[in-house]
Amino acid sequence: MKPKTKYVPVPSMSILPERDAERAPVLECIKLGITLGGIKAVEDFNLTIGRTEIVGLIGPNGAGKTTVFNLLTKVYQPTTGTILLNGQDTHGMSTMQVNKAGIARTFQNIRLFRNLSVIDNVKTAMNNDMRYNMVSAILRLPNYRREEVAAHRRALKLLSIFDMQNMADVPAGSLPYGAQRRLEIVRALATNPSLLLLDEPAAGMNPSETADLMDNIRKVHEMFQIAIILIEHDMSLVMNICEGICVLNFGHVIAKGTPDEIQSNPAVIEAYLGRKKEA
Amino acid sequence: MTFLNFFISGISLGSIYAIIALGYTMVYGIAKMLNFAHGDVIMVGAYVCFYATSRYGLNPFLGIVIAMIICTLLGIIVERLAYKPLRQAPSLAVLITAIGMSYFLQNTALLLWSSNPKVFPSIIGRGAFKLFDGELSISHITALTIGACLVIMAVLTLFISKTKMGKAMRACSEDKGAAQLMGINVNATISMTFAIGSGLAAVAGALLCSAYPTLMPTTGSLPGIKAFTAAVFGGIGSIPGAFLGGLMLGVIEIFAKAYISSQLSDAVVFGVLIVVLLVKPAGLLGKMTQEKV
Amino acid sequence: MTMRRLINLKRVEARRIYLTYAIVIAAYIICQVMSSTKFLSSSMRGMLVPICAYMVMAVSLNLVVGILGELSLGHAGFMSVGAFSGVAAAVLMQSVIPFAPVRLAIAMIIAAVFAAAAGFIIGIPVLRLKGDYLAIVTLAFGEIIKSILNNFYFGIDSQGLQFSMLTDTTRLLPGGKLIIKGPMGIGGIQKIATFPAGFILLMISLMIVFNLVNSRSGRAFMAIRDDRIAAESIGLDITKYKMTAFVMSAALAGAAGALFAMNYSTIVANKFDFNTSILILVFVVLGGQGNMLGGIIAAAVLTILPEKLRSFSEYRMLLYAIVLIVMMLATNNAEIKEFISRFNPFRHKEAE
Repeated sequence: MKPKTKYVPVPSMSILPERDAERAPVLECIKLGITLGGIKAVEDFNLTIGRTEIVGLIGPNGAGKTTVFNLLTKVYQPTTGTILLNGQDTHGMSTMQVNKAGIARTFQNIRLFRNLSVIDNVKTAMNNDMRYNMVSAILRLPNYRREEVAAHRRALKLLSIFDMQNMADVPAGSLPYGAQRRLEIVRALATNPSLLLLDEPAAGMNPSETADLMDNIRKVHEMFQIAIILIEHDMSLVMNICEGICVLNFGHVIAKGTPDEIQSNPAVIEAYLGRKKEA
Repeated sequence: MTFLNFFISGISLGSIYAIIALGYTMVYGIAKMLNFAHGDVIMVGAYVCFYATSRYGLNPFLGIVIAMIICTLLGIIVERLAYKPLRQAPSLAVLITAIGMSYFLQNTALLLWSSNPKVFPSIIGRGAFKLFDGELSISHITALTIGACLVIMAVLTLFISKTKMGKAMRACSEDKGAAQLMGINVNATISMTFAIGSGLAAVAGALLCSAYPTLMPTTGSLPGIKAFTAAVFGGIGSIPGAFLGGLMLGVIEIFAKAYISSQLSDAVVFGVLIVVLLVKPAGLLGKMTQEKV
Repeated sequence: MTMRRLINLKRVEARRIYLTYAIVIAAYIICQVMSSTKFLSSSMRGMLVPICAYMVMAVSLNLVVGILGELSLGHAGFMSVGAFSGVAAAVLMQSVIPFAPVRLAIAMIIAAVFAAAAGFIIGIPVLRLKGDYLAIVTLAFGEIIKSILNNFYFGIDSQGLQFSMLTDTTRLLPGGKLIIKGPMGIGGIQKIATFPAGFILLMISLMIVFNLVNSRSGRAFMAIRDDRIAAESIGLDITKYKMTAFVMSAALAGAAGALFAMNYSTIVANKFDFNTSILILVFVVLGGQGNMLGGIIAAAVLTILPEKLRSFSEYRMLLYAIVLIVMMLATNNAEIKEFISRFNPFRHKEAE
């Protein structure tokens, strides 16, 4: 399907926030594209993200937002284009390798390890930080105990950011919905990412939960000083916490800019509300 | 010429596998379960046919019809009693139930008909067509088996693509919830699938025992497993896949017996299956489904 | 959704682990006492070692099915690799190590190594597949192992070890000894497997599995089981962990196979066929996936039950089949579960 709207360039997205301007960007997507089942799900996607930037990825349903996340995390291998993560080309990497290189994500339809306890969900994500081997584990050698204790402490600390330390031993699948979404974020953070991808973190939340979430995202951003891209339909959340916004429609970027620029961009308004009939 | 002879007997054996594999593949496609009891329905069909013809002196084809009716009923009853209550259960529980059902059928047969092997009379005698001055010999049962398989395939393909019930089956295998919302009776459709699969198993039983005339309560197990392999080989859930997989498996088995080793033929068959699945992880004609993220 | 009291997984799991150890130790002591006071019939005494072997098999398969979440239908294959390699090793060591318990221990270790190697080789293709396809390929490998062992000849003479396939072409020199005789398997085995050895193997298996489950590897296995895509997204090496679980499980099965084989005078490959694989799977499913104690109890009950039903002779397998189906229906159908729970006197206690 061809986009009916024209690309309206807004210059500010290639410009990094002042605090990041001196440092190399964490992510550069250059002409990224993928064809799924004969349809160009994403085409000519360009985006540069600064070290500590928060960027919103918005667009109508089916615009290709989650596909972009799947491309970044290599759930799909892109058909065209390049992804540079911390200056390193991620071509040919697997999901696992991309995570090791610094991207962590959450999922639109929550994907927790439902039968594991909350803290084990977090500790599982610290797996690559641990060094002890199977023999140590089976024989309970000192290095096993030491690393497990350290991981446990760190996991509790991460959980406490989201006020979840009291639920540590509860099975993740039995948590209430909002807590499950928060746990996914904690789990992603536990892998020490330099870029965090949040796929509709506020979906299904009521306004007060959304407000809490907004505070938490800000807190995470401040504490860890990492870049965050979030897909979200809740415009108040996006406009409030994002420094830059990228609008997708039919797999194409139709606008990029600051929240103010996006709010007044005619192409965006058209994509969301439709074109006024010409008389 | 011996090559051609082997090839034809391979196709014939493969035709039997294909008919059995259809039952596996249809049930898998719609109920997403591995029905391990299917092989034993073959055995039941063969016994019914055996008793109808040799004990009551009925015409063999009438015997097959009776066997089909009884197996169809058996298939429906088994589904109702054992599988239907487990529609929502984890697939492993269903698998174990199916295995339990397989033991149940085998041991019931053992009690009813004893473990003594019965010599199954061929349904159309032991004659053969001689071609090329007798160098190529095709027994009547071989010809009948291949013919039956082709007819069944053609009828089944038409049934699935043209009739209302066939369309309902395809709809249910795609998405049971949506099919139900469209007014399709999912339970009836699943019963129908078991009925058709079991009816075909009866035919396969009669043909199998005409070609390999020893009939025991365990007769169905190994062909059952092989046919199941054939279904996976062709892409489980796919009807043409079952046909193709069955034929190929039969040919490979006969060739392996003839040219490699009769003791290792099963190992060769399973080895080929593994290689095929490595190249095509969903079988020859199966669809790869990717999980949505 | 109704509000449930959230369970404390850590406490539940710790309790379950200690309970498992305690029950196994208690059962061992009781059996030993009963055995020494001649309270145990000789047929039951003869079953102690096979029961231990089946328990270890249940624990090892549970690692793959319950913890890793992959269905294996060929686990008896690893048992047979262990049985044949272990017994062959024991025969070769007979003159070198006269003390039977040490010989048994070394034979079981060798069996575990061989089975682990088989698990690794098989794991390479198998673990690339998913779900039912993975299951059917394990079935295929189980059958292939059976076919190969059925046609394998192995002997020793003054020139060293001799192998052949299909027919016996080892051409052993005079004084040589044919150990594995194709479809005849291994005969004249010294019965050195003992109940204490079985108990120790079971305890070691439990320790390995429990300690593994409570470590980074175990968490990774369970994470892969619960959600493969999420597991990849947090940087877990799926292939590596699947392989680890698979090989570990094969090794334990191999040791169990050696123990099992050295309880009989003759062992043939056909003993370890598809039906045996299924039998072990039934232990795991009836005992509850991932529940080691359940699997152990199921293994004991389902090994003793058919023996106890011998008075029903021809009906016993039929009864076994019915028990299997009824158990599955009873534990998995909501309506039947509800119906049964009406008769459960502890029902109200549980509902709290």
